[in-house]
Amino acid sequence: MAEVALRNIQKSFGGAKVIHGVDLEIRDGEFVVFVGPSGCGKSTLLRLIAGLEDITEGDLFIDGERVNDWAPAKRRIAMVFQSYALYPHMSVYDNMAFGLELAKASRSEIDARVREAARLLQIDDLLDRKPRQLSGGQRQRVAIGRAIVRDPKVFLFDEPLSNLDAALRVQTRIEIAKLHADTRATMIYVTHDQVEAMTLADRIVVLNKGRIEQVGTPLELYHRPANLFVAGFIGSPQMNFVPVEAVSAGSDHIEVRLPGGQTLPVPVHPEGTRTGEALTLGIRPDHLQVREDGPFRGRIELVEQLGENHLLYVAADGLRLTARETGDSRHRAGDVVSLAATGESCHLFRGSGEALPLTVPRGDRTTPPQSRTA
Amino acid sequence: MKVLTRIGFWLLVAAIALFSLFPFYYAVISSFRSGADLFTVAYVPESFDLSNYFAVFQRQPFGRNILNSIIVAGAVVAVSLALGITAAYAFGRIAFRGRSLLLMTILGVSMFPQVAVLSGMFELIRSLGLYNTLPGLILANLMLTLPFTTWVLTTFMREMPKEIEEAAFVDGATPWIVVRRVFLPLMAPAAVTTGLLAFIVSWNEFLFALTFTLTNERRTVPPAIALMTGSTAYELPWGTIMAASVIVTLPIIALVLVFQRKIVAGLTAGAVKG
Repeated sequence: MAEVALRNIQKSFGGAKVIHGVDLEIRDGEFVVFVGPSGCGKSTLLRLIAGLEDITEGDLFIDGERVNDWAPAKRRIAMVFQSYALYPHMSVYDNMAFGLELAKASRSEIDARVREAARLLQIDDLLDRKPRQLSGGQRQRVAIGRAIVRDPKVFLFDEPLSNLDAALRVQTRIEIAKLHADTRATMIYVTHDQVEAMTLADRIVVLNKGRIEQVGTPLELYHRPANLFVAGFIGSPQMNFVPVEAVSAGSDHIEVRLPGGQTLPVPVHPEGTRTGEALTLGIRPDHLQVREDGPFRGRIELVEQLGENHLLYVAADGLRLTARETGDSRHRAGDVVSLAATGESCHLFRGSGEALPLTVPRGDRTTPPQSRTA
Repeated sequence: MKVLTRIGFWLLVAAIALFSLFPFYYAVISSFRSGADLFTVAYVPESFDLSNYFAVFQRQPFGRNILNSIIVAGAVVAVSLALGITAAYAFGRIAFRGRSLLLMTILGVSMFPQVAVLSGMFELIRSLGLYNTLPGLILANLMLTLPFTTWVLTTFMREMPKEIEEAAFVDGATPWIVVRRVFLPLMAPAAVTTGLLAFIVSWNEFLFALTFTLTNERRTVPPAIALMTGSTAYELPWGTIMAASVIVTLPIIALVLVFQRKIVAGLTAGAVKG
């Protein structure tokens, strides 16, 4: 168990820079999830922490020691790979014992630790099998077991659930959460799946193009996204973005003009926003409601019935808006409806993409979204 | 129509089998005949006379020749595989400047026919003081086997999943441990196959063995057979030559049969998703 500190970490492959100076402090026992679109550098960042890639510039500290030039094993990290990466010619037992054997642990200690980990993961009856005789879920357990036996300071997970089917993914996700609760080990987890990120993380690190966009707890990111990228990335379906114009700025709100001409007061700190400045209004699908007098009037292009709720895709004023309402929909594609949102539920972003700070705290007021589809 | 296709197929198989097996069959039956019989044509064995087999070992140090061949071929296989696998790890796994140039150079080495390098190789062997010794032959034969073992093993090494290697690094393995404990077992089928090919090449090698040895005791089997003499200068001892040929063919057949069972496909199944 240990804290991990990244100070201005940079990585270039040849001339191409893929990580542009990342600063991050991970606390002891924390579960941190790196998310981002593919190619954002999240896996590279994990591999830099693992020691599988050399750090081009910056310092990496594990447990207070600078480990830039240390081999992976010396850093006392363990890694679980997306493809499991088990040794195919070794039995489950030998797969888990390999690292301890190389560390010159005694035979009895190896045996005790392997059996302990196997019991924890409920794979004790598979110890004599070869990886090819196991199912995908069992292989992933063995891979996790191989990490556990080494009693690492930091667990690293590189998209460990991507190769599992949906049901197994949920089950294994719960097991990883339980593993973290039991061991209280520091864990760093890479995924592109925001459900995994939201459910597992103590803190989420949103990465884009090799830079950190925002670090925060899952609900912080959901309720107070720092910029357009995070707002668009966290939450499914995606937040609606509407181009608006600032009409007037009060001390604790901005009045904006919607594309349809109506105005809406949004409770954010203006921070020097000028009248007439172009802004982006962000509205989560859950906060758009069908109303007789709603400012966004348009034709429904598609209705998706999900049972517990439904999604309406509406083309209004040259925009594509998504609204989510509970229960079954009484609307059909082709109907003309009006959508409305309260200013209190909206976000405002400046031209640079950065969010204007909310006046009214969110998260403790609005209920978190009831359902996120897996 | 279907029947005709089948008949055609089996006829073709029979033709190929006949073409490849008949010379050996003829050597076997000739080895059991002696004297003037040898110069008449016969397709079925009519006598079973082992005197040729005794004569092989009596008239020359043929046992010594076989031992020489085993030592040379065995050493060539061992060195080829050891160098081939370590080189394959470097070529297949580590990105370094001039990697493809080096690979091409290795391929280029095998481009030259043996005769073209014979005189140069002779000078090399002489200057190293290895003329008429077994190490000299081993060194010369490596020129024939190393390029293809390196190339074949490099190809296999490249197909090894990268994650397995990285998992081993995380487990604390050094590159040498990765090669020995992880890749070698996975590449065993490839290593056995290339090792077998190297053995056959070295076992059958004639030109170097003829040129770089002087005395009967240092010869390997192929030149020993070629230089067999009869009781007079005018007699070519066909019977003993045939017996010797049969004797040295048997180990190769045995090796292929034994290792064929070891060449198991799909050993990497289960390593990564699939």
